Amino acid sequence: MSRMNEQQVFLIDGRDVPFAPGQTVMQAALDAGVYIPHLCFHPQFKPHGSCKLCTVKVNGRPATSCTLPVAAGMEIESETAELKDKRRMLLQMLFVEGNHFCPSCEKSGNCKLQALAYDLGMMSPHYDHFFPDRPVDATHPEILLDFNRCILCELCVRASGEVDRKNVFALSGRGITKHLIVNSESGRLGDTDMSTTDMAMSVCPVGVILKKRVGFAVPVGQRKYDTIPISEQFGDAPNAVLEQTR
Amino acid sequence: MNAPARKLRVATTSLAGCFGCHMSFLDIDERILKLLELIEFDRSPLTDIKHCGPCDLGIIEGGVCNAENVHVLREFRANCKILVAIGACAVNGGLPAQRNHLDLRDILEEVYHTSPGLAPGSQIPNDPELPLPLDKVYPIHEVVKIDYFLPGCPPSGDAIWKFLTDLIAGRTPHLSHEMMHYD
Repeated sequence: MSRMNEQQVFLIDGRDVPFAPGQTVMQAALDAGVYIPHLCFHPQFKPHGSCKLCTVKVNGRPATSCTLPVAAGMEIESETAELKDKRRMLLQMLFVEGNHFCPSCEKSGNCKLQALAYDLGMMSPHYDHFFPDRPVDATHPEILLDFNRCILCELCVRASGEVDRKNVFALSGRGITKHLIVNSESGRLGDTDMSTTDMAMSVCPVGVILKKRVGFAVPVGQRKYDTIPISEQFGDAPNAVLEQTR
Repeated sequence: MNAPARKLRVATTSLAGCFGCHMSFLDIDERILKLLELIEFDRSPLTDIKHCGPCDLGIIEGGVCNAENVHVLREFRANCKILVAIGACAVNGGLPAQRNHLDLRDILEEVYHTSPGLAPGSQIPNDPELPLPLDKVYPIHEVVKIDYFLPGCPPSGDAIWKFLTDLIAGRTPHLSHEMMHYD
């Protein structure tokens, strides 16, 4: 049974990628150093498959790579002009649906949404803007919530529930009215036991969950994605972002 | 770069912007002399020409916040073969658009009428010379068709130079990762 020891492979854009049984396309790709764009995926959590940024074509059919189990010999297309166009379109829809004013956002330069938009060459939001009304929550002494930038990835919900065991966050509503809420009687973050050392602090890919009084400490040019594109530095170390903002 | 058969005519303007993008444009420094071998300016804050004639290229800074902005933008669109949005405000409304979730009447009331420290009898200005503000601040692509976008707050002089030289040479403008930023 020497075949058992042979590393099984599948193909991403014509390149052999090894995988372990039970892995998803995303996990195997990241392990092999092949970047597939993603926002709602995090290696520590059960995949969500909701942002659709990681959509690839498997044997010609579109699928989200974070939820797709690998099978030997599978042929995946990822970095094609067509898929990049689709991903750019998804980003544009995320940008116009919220209020993403990068120049006045302290996450700018460390933001995954922005970094992906740079990487995919998003020169404009293309669509008409929604300009929604989403008041901020500054009630917590150390943490600011700016819902204007929320893309509903649910990473904070998952981190706060599964790791921090605090269940501070949840999504409420359906369809276009879906939004992030805080699980306290008042609905305010100041009335929860959220702390700056929680994992939920560090997983937000955009600028919703921010530590107060550290914004703009890192000068332009030295921020995470200023000089190196996200596709060339995609480790999801749990505390990477938190360290950035400390 | 070879000089085109004739100089390209270029118009620029700032709508609801801060002129920061124009200042950044001047950061191309002495390269502006090289640029002037290839282009000539029509309507622009640099020439003080008040209306736009037929142009090859129009460059718009700022979003659309009032009725005058709409007229100027439409004049540019009618006269320019290629129209470019430059800077965050032209691209997505930018800082002025952060009023968009508020009611315009409420804003004007507070700023000119009810906020503390105003002179007695202060009212919302109502001079026919003043263009009427719009309900929201609009990115320019939501008002007219825009051919190219150059994001940044502001885009750097180098990014503007790369963008313009690409365009003038007939290439699709392409920014490197370091030139590409939204802030």
